[in-house]
Amino acid sequence: MSADGPERAHAFKKGGHIVIVGASLAGLRAAETLREEGFTGSLTMIGDEPDQPYDRPPLSKQVLLGMVPAEHTALPRRREIDADWRLGVPAIGLDLDAHRVRLADGQEIGFDRLLIATGVRARPWPNENERDLDGVFVLRTNGDAARLRRRLAARPRRVLVIGAGFMGSEVASACRELGLEVTVAERGPVPLVGALGGVIGSVVARMHREHGVDLRCRVTVTALEGDPSGRLRRAHLSDGTAIDVDAAVVCLGSIGNTEWLAGSGLAAGPRGVACDAGCRAFDVNGIVTDDVFVAGDVARAPNPLYEYNFLFLEHWGNAVAQAEVAGHNMISCGSARRPHLAIPAFWSTQFGVSIRSVGVPTFADEMMVMQGSLEERRFVAAYGHRGRVTAAVAFDQAKWLDFYRELIMAAAPFPPSFVPVDRPPVMRSMSPEFPDPALPSHGATVTITGHLPNDQRVVFTPARA
Amino acid sequence: MRLVVDLTRCQGYAQCAFLAPDVFTMHGEEALLYDPNPDDAQWDRVRRAAAACPVQAILVDQTEIPATAQEGTHVR
Ligand SMILES: Cc1cc2nc3c(=O)[nH]c(=O)nc-3n(C[C@H](O)[C@H](O)[C@H](O)COP(=O)(O)OP(=O)(O)OC[C@H]3O[C@@H](n4cnc5c(N)ncnc54)[C@H](O)[C@@H]3O)c2cc1C
Ligand code: SF4
Repeated sequence: MSADGPERAHAFKKGGHIVIVGASLAGLRAAETLREEGFTGSLTMIGDEPDQPYDRPPLSKQVLLGMVPAEHTALPRRREIDADWRLGVPAIGLDLDAHRVRLADGQEIGFDRLLIATGVRARPWPNENERDLDGVFVLRTNGDAARLRRRLAARPRRVLVIGAGFMGSEVASACRELGLEVTVAERGPVPLVGALGGVIGSVVARMHREHGVDLRCRVTVTALEGDPSGRLRRAHLSDGTAIDVDAAVVCLGSIGNTEWLAGSGLAAGPRGVACDAGCRAFDVNGIVTDDVFVAGDVARAPNPLYEYNFLFLEHWGNAVAQAEVAGHNMISCGSARRPHLAIPAFWSTQFGVSIRSVGVPTFADEMMVMQGSLEERRFVAAYGHRGRVTAAVAFDQAKWLDFYRELIMAAAPFPPSFVPVDRPPVMRSMSPEFPDPALPSHGATVTITGHLPNDQRVVFTPARA
Repeated sequence: MRLVVDLTRCQGYAQCAFLAPDVFTMHGEEALLYDPNPDDAQWDRVRRAAAACPVQAILVDQTEIPATAQEGTHVR
């Protein structure tokens, strides 16, 4: 049943069949939106994890600190969704023409409309033998968090964190709070450089060091070495040094869960599934499909505010907002459909500081500290691209961000013309010091991937004045 | 019970931490850490905290689904 035209849309809303693959934050919120907006047909939720939808951000914070058990982050429900849940079984294939999803247990499930919400997974340590050593961890699922928490509670002599993006920084922060020795190895010049740039990254580097992290930048981990019983013992770094460690947490970013879509004809790859601003998936020819929608971390969608570049966002708030739009659009037609144009927003909690961003900080050629000071670690910095405000980052100053969000939405001029509260004595525009954008960065939580739906390169071309 | 705080909205005003201190705690000046699945005994306090949050960032479960139900079943 196709749902074009008001009558068919109505029939679909009453008695159609929607399948959601990926039963986590985006899948759940989309399902709730469908029911909220009057979808009374049948709904199937397919998820490869055995648990009901749970929240991931606490896993690297409350859970590692031991404040909350890993299996205690189940998400609250906005309403009942009356779904047929197929949990613990992955989808392994999609037949677009036949409108069928294939599951690993051999079942095939037909759909009228499909939502892809399969998210991303942690990029594993590249060396397969080393990856399997006892003591090497990644962090994406509640199972990962439970295993890592158990190891941290056993008080390893030293933890190695590989990669100082948001995840690596949060893990290092938790280790220090637990009183554990921790070394952080980062390829870039400072932590978070891929997400926030070198200027703010330097502030974070100081936070690491003042909290007793052994932060080593401009180095990579070249090998992890185990003892004969297969336990991690030592790590070798590119500067020729070696350190004794009994735990290593691999924080090298993530990969889209799109393998199950291989050969389906959709524009899907390691950086997600491309879709339009209304969440409809693109096929490999760049043609938008009618009955397949995408939301959450796995989606790559164009945003007019950022010159129609496709953004690949790993943000909690984006998963919720995009799922709501996808749910709405799946049961709407024509002009009733809405675009997903929410301004990206992200938070992180580390070393007792609340870090927030709105907009896309990497989409910038200039920045300026508007309020507070970098030295005091309490500030708001605005980012600009070709003379307009594109992002803001706040440390312990969350209350101002709504104001900056408005500036971004209005494409307000950069440098901003208002006189801010608590302005620093000298206000000057500077380069945010982002690394070469052609290099993939594990630290960024927004990746700008060009204009083409099928473009899988990491491209970002700021105007260098 | 299950709850989640939308930390893209939370402004660290700490009202919740006063009203339900066993569930919400400030970590540093503005960073909020909370228990997503607190004991049902906290229900009243959590509801008061959610109502008092100036930016309405706290979402508390609207259904009665037991937090332990799982596995390939027909969970409503
Ligand atoms: C440790 C951690 C800390 C985080 N902290 C923050 C933070 O502080 N701030 C912030 O903004 N964001 C944070 N995030 C990101 C945030 O959690 C994500 O943006 C959010 O989970 C995205 O939801 P989603 O539903 O799109 O994807 P996911 O939560 O990844 O869900 C996708 C689901 O689909 C399942 N799946 C995958 N493939 C298949 C298949 N073939 N068949 C069936 N099911 C499949 C997956 O197993 C998973 O259950 C954090 C993430 C992690 C892991
Ligand atoms: S009351 Fe609301 S804004 Fe204040 S700390 Fe709690 S959740 Fe955040």
